[in-house]
Amino acid sequence: MAERVLMKGNEALAEAAIQAGCRNFFGYPITPQTELAAYMAKRMPKIGGTYLQAESEVAAINMVLGAASTGVRVMTSSSSPGISLKTEGISYMAGSDLPALIINVQRGGPGLGGIQPSQADYWQATRAPGHGDLHVLVFAPSSVQEMVDLVSHAYDTADKYRMPAMILADGMLGQMMEPVVIGQEEEKELPEKEWAANGHEFKRDHNIINSLYLQAQDLERLVKERFERYEVIKQNEAMCENYMVDDAEYVIVSYGATSRICKAAVREAREQGIKAGLIRPITLWPFPTEDIIKSIPNAKKYLCVEMSMGQMIDDVKLALNGARECDFFGHTGGIIPTPEEVLSEIKKMAGGEK
Amino acid sequence: MKDLNAILAGFGGQGILFMGKVIAYSGLIDEKEVSWLPSYGPEMRGGTANCSVCISDDPICSPLVINPNVLIAMNLPSLDKFINDVQPGGIVIIDSTLVPKKVERDDVTVVYIPATEMAEKNSLKGLANIILIGKLMQMTNFCSMEVMEKTIQKVVPPRKQHLVEPNMKAIKLGAEF
Repeated sequence: MAERVLMKGNEALAEAAIQAGCRNFFGYPITPQTELAAYMAKRMPKIGGTYLQAESEVAAINMVLGAASTGVRVMTSSSSPGISLKTEGISYMAGSDLPALIINVQRGGPGLGGIQPSQADYWQATRAPGHGDLHVLVFAPSSVQEMVDLVSHAYDTADKYRMPAMILADGMLGQMMEPVVIGQEEEKELPEKEWAANGHEFKRDHNIINSLYLQAQDLERLVKERFERYEVIKQNEAMCENYMVDDAEYVIVSYGATSRICKAAVREAREQGIKAGLIRPITLWPFPTEDIIKSIPNAKKYLCVEMSMGQMIDDVKLALNGARECDFFGHTGGIIPTPEEVLSEIKKMAGGEK
Repeated sequence: MKDLNAILAGFGGQGILFMGKVIAYSGLIDEKEVSWLPSYGPEMRGGTANCSVCISDDPICSPLVINPNVLIAMNLPSLDKFINDVQPGGIVIIDSTLVPKKVERDDVTVVYIPATEMAEKNSLKGLANIILIGKLMQMTNFCSMEVMEKTIQKVVPPRKQHLVEPNMKAIKLGAEF
């Protein structure tokens, strides 16, 4: 049994990636994710891995593309403005069917915004992580332990479906320390990547990694094949935590750091006799639509809480499809909603009933 | 005190973040839920440092402490900034060597302890923060002396184990004040 230790979220992400077999990290510093890169800089040379601080985010993501092409597990990390720079490379990787892990420790935006926690990159992560018709897997941990657990799951899922995965964290999760167990499980044998461009020694045809298809029919066939894969992912890979949702009349939907605050508010509301519940999407793409639909019969109203002006609420409304109303409560970068604020929103929803 | 929701605040260099780590580690050793969150925002650039520390039997919802039940202040700007946020009935520990002011609120328990002066007089320079932890232990019982000793052994790096003894001396000095 591995020991329970205190670790910053950023450092835990890095160590979890190493445990998951990642030996290649390419990045560029930015607050509030810098501890992740610093940890990798310290650890990678000791375990025969590569840590490279690139000249820019654009260079770093293209190094990730190169490493991923050879079939190795690779990671990059940044925060919101840096992720914007990486979107070009992410699109190329999606177009080349390459698995890799990208970390976004979100900060306030738009522009340089601020350096405090935020959740305003939801649209970017789930709608347009790059140009073109594409998706990346998006995981949203809400604790340091879950950050660790999702890293190896993200790698496995990315490998399985041959696509980039993103962990969408925020400055609070990255900076905070919590007890965490990072498993010393035996190194598992990773499945062979038969598509990788890693030297064929004249024993097989050479593999080509490419995202350029000038023949429109070829391009459409490939994109359609990819979207068939996306459908399989939507059916099988959505993850969600439902907290006191079974009999809930007032359902909060919230993810990441904000969901922890909402949980406290739900608990308090229950104590005051209001039937509140929390749906916490753990995957943002694919969005756990089914969990929302299942909660509809008992629910009177929904409330989406985010550290943004309201982005995930679009997916909640799509899932509800007009069956119930959904309100929004949120703050922007750096202002973390308080349990009291969320509770007062719940009370407002519950109206004069209690 | 059931849960500890503390804000620790002072200048950069006083060991504010380390003080938080020691408290958080003691909770870890006690097998409780803990969280530690540093301020890394613009205020840090101004030379002040603060962090939130929570210890609880239940999972911690908000690692960001807004209304602390414990405030430890190691300079005047920090006291001014947080004093009105402390919960009624909360505890305020002030390093009176560095903060000349008295607290006007009468609904909180305030302790003035000249930790920096005590550290200097006892050849424990730089350990005023640890003296303050000792005082907090005595007032709240957030952990036992035995757990604190294990904690100090843990947070002091292996090649600096000779520092365990002065740190424990500082803890006891605070606890006996």
